[in-house]
Amino acid sequence: MARVIVSHKQCVVNPLKMSQPIGAALAFMGVEGTMPLLHGSQGCTSFGLVLFVRHFREAIPLQTTAMSEVATVLGGFDNVEQAIVNIASRTKPALIGICTTGVSETKGDDLNGFLKLIRANHPELGHIALIDVSTPDFEGSFQDGWGTAVTRMIEELVEAPLLDSGLSRRINVLPGCHISPGDIDELRDIFEAFSLDPFFLPDLSGSLDGHIPEEFTPTTLGGISVDQIRRMGSACWTVAIGEQMRGAAITLEHRTGVPYQLFDRLTGLVANDELMGFLSSISGVPVPRKYRRQRSQLVDAMLDGHFHFGGKKVAVAAEPDLLAAMTHWLHDMGCEIQSAITTTESPVLESIPAKEVLLGDLEDLEIRAAGADLIVTHSHGRQAAERLGIPHFRVGIPVFDRLGAGQQVTVGYRGTRDLIFDVGNLFMANMHEPTPQTWIPQHCIEHDLVALRVPQ
Amino acid sequence: MSTLSAKVQSLFDEPGCATNQAKPDKDRKKGCNKLLAPGAAAGGCAFDGAKIALQPITDAAHLVHGPINCEGHSWDGRGSKSSGPLLYRTSFTTAITEQDIIFGGEKHLYKAIKEVVEKYNPAAVFVYQTCVPAMIGDDIEAVCKAAAMKLGKPVIPVNVPGFAGSKNLGNKLAGEALLDHVIGTEEPAETTPYDINIIGEYNLSGELWQVKPLLDELGIRILACISGDARYHEVARSHRARAAMMVCSKAMINVARKMEDRYGIPFFEGSFYGIGDMSDALRKISQLLVDRGAPAELLGRTEAVIAREEARAWQRIAPFKERLAGKRVLLFTGGVKSWSVVAALQEAGLVIIGTSTKKSTPDDKERIKELVKDDAHMFDDLKPREMYKMLKEARADIMLSGGRTQFVALKAKMPWLDINQERHHAYAGYEGMVALVSEIDKALSSPIWEQIRRPAPWEFAVDRGELQLHIA
Repeated sequence: MARVIVSHKQCVVNPLKMSQPIGAALAFMGVEGTMPLLHGSQGCTSFGLVLFVRHFREAIPLQTTAMSEVATVLGGFDNVEQAIVNIASRTKPALIGICTTGVSETKGDDLNGFLKLIRANHPELGHIALIDVSTPDFEGSFQDGWGTAVTRMIEELVEAPLLDSGLSRRINVLPGCHISPGDIDELRDIFEAFSLDPFFLPDLSGSLDGHIPEEFTPTTLGGISVDQIRRMGSACWTVAIGEQMRGAAITLEHRTGVPYQLFDRLTGLVANDELMGFLSSISGVPVPRKYRRQRSQLVDAMLDGHFHFGGKKVAVAAEPDLLAAMTHWLHDMGCEIQSAITTTESPVLESIPAKEVLLGDLEDLEIRAAGADLIVTHSHGRQAAERLGIPHFRVGIPVFDRLGAGQQVTVGYRGTRDLIFDVGNLFMANMHEPTPQTWIPQHCIEHDLVALRVPQ
Repeated sequence: MSTLSAKVQSLFDEPGCATNQAKPDKDRKKGCNKLLAPGAAAGGCAFDGAKIALQPITDAAHLVHGPINCEGHSWDGRGSKSSGPLLYRTSFTTAITEQDIIFGGEKHLYKAIKEVVEKYNPAAVFVYQTCVPAMIGDDIEAVCKAAAMKLGKPVIPVNVPGFAGSKNLGNKLAGEALLDHVIGTEEPAETTPYDINIIGEYNLSGELWQVKPLLDELGIRILACISGDARYHEVARSHRARAAMMVCSKAMINVARKMEDRYGIPFFEGSFYGIGDMSDALRKISQLLVDRGAPAELLGRTEAVIAREEARAWQRIAPFKERLAGKRVLLFTGGVKSWSVVAALQEAGLVIIGTSTKKSTPDDKERIKELVKDDAHMFDDLKPREMYKMLKEARADIMLSGGRTQFVALKAKMPWLDINQERHHAYAGYEGMVALVSEIDKALSSPIWEQIRRPAPWEFAVDRGELQLHIA
């Protein structure tokens, strides 16, 4: 439906996009006992670290190979080796996920080769999983880095299944980066209600859900374990959420024969009907009463809410999979997508219910949001929303000026119901009360006839 | 790159730096840029430091030449406030791609500068060099020069690829960019004997505005603040000031010292943090101005303001004394000088049980020792794990530190107060110290602590009867 166009500006103004390396780093943070490591100068790490601290309001494990100018010119082997040795001795991780950056990619460091040499030099590190992922920040974006990191973990860790997995209750879930820790908790409940045993890769609900650990931990506080990842081959199905996870799901299928089902979104009534139908059919368990009731509540919320959504014009800026989820849901509620801005190429963009989708920035959003009723984007859209005087609903990463970003739930019947309430309330709070001037025809105002009609 | 490494070397040889002067010749050559340990490093890069130092110039456009990682995550994150223009909060970056890396990014950069000038008409454009374009050899100085000529705007190259060094080095390189391309390029319409520069103050949370009213009252004019709430033209004209105060001493000492060499502007190193320090700062500003020819009556007026403000501040802190007496504080500061805050906290009745001296000079350490006597430990580098242990064992009542260690305290269920650059409260001057004491009191007396430290119901070894009684 939508035409995808690319901005030809030379200067990006108010970036919407974030980089591949920190997308990959966040994916590694969904694995227990992990230290993600960016191979670049120390700023590459500190910017990402501060961003995640502001979004999740949690301590963030993220290290750097601290490349100097000389090391960059001569090659980063020594820095990578030292970094791994230091991290191993200081934080005792189960996994170190090493992401390249523009610096190491421009130099052309062979990270995969480095790791082979380091393995040979350091047999004492044999128990630590070392996974490299190529994530130059001069191409792609956050969700690409996330997807690639998950694919690399599958390639390096998942073992071929020993037993026939056909009878297993185990199910693999590959969530895209737009699925929050709160979403994962919601999905876990749903899968378990069908007597399924889900393994989420990555699982941010164990690490970045904001809980109080018993002890101080310098690595991630929780998440899926490396051992669990190794056993993903014995699942009966893989569910991938978001087009960005298709590559990872296919890789997993090729390695293990576990078939996959991809849901491009889990926000909205129809999308969740499909999920429930799928889970019921693979598990042989009828849809539990709890979800029948939640569906009914969602239908009621749609009835109550549609008065406020109908005909509203909304400008949305987000990464492709989140953009798809939000625009389809808003469109399903009766809104008009006035403009859609995204960060990177994706097959989902053509399906977006808007005339066109622009690969651009938040300056583009600001220009195209004029006259809209609502702006939907991450916290960096706040300046644009303020200048335009348009209410701003925050989604995605980063959300640094509101509490509870990690617990925002937009999946399932219940998540969709609550989303209708949150966004509907924003529309209601910004309704304009009528005045005697409200219905004066535009041409009268233009010809300055208003004064004649208003008693002095 | 040879010019950059020469520049970095010359910064290490800073004669104005006491730490540097105390070193033997051989060590001095090695410079003060600590080698970073891969896998065990924390902190920003040179580009980060330069952006912190220059972005407070509010009417300029700040354009980052690099891939998206450099600017995409960090914009709109720094707390420097403006009394007027808001352009500095708009983010500009070339977001270079693989194409640029293959064919060179200079034309892309030029076109980007042109777009910024045409669309936003800034007072000037600051162009920040980052690692990747430095690696492929983009000559940003040449591009800036050409752009300035063709577009008729100041376009200032800031050569700070992240891998050049630390955030602190970036501060200094930013200062060099101002010295080379901005300061002294314009003349002020008028000067007075009361004109000063404040160097190394970034107006975080509006702290400059806690100090400025007192200067206004004394008739002292801030010709330029470098760079908090600054306008480009103010910085360009700052070489006509009579005296200067250097605030965050390690950040921009090169600017203060070189402005003294080039334009004969005497400076002193001071702080707005702490009541005694604030008074010293006012005293020294007035003295320097009088030394340079301002009427001597300024000194008397200054003393009167100091006496009035000190009395007022102590009077406002007094009510907290009883509530805060004996509470134990762990103090981990970066830029804010430990000893200047220590005095104010002690005056409010708090006991300092430990403080960091990582960024302190030997002189600072001596002053801390004098102030806290034997009650306190000085830590050069306390690992988060040990910090957590201290708090968990309740050897302190509150921790004051930067955002990096925030969750070490909070996860140990201990009160914590942000005193670094991302903080949301302003703690400068007399007003600021009262605010700090009041914030500590708020943090300590929050009703949440008692509740969240209670054991969970399944941790009780209760007899059932008692539990049922509560439910009933």
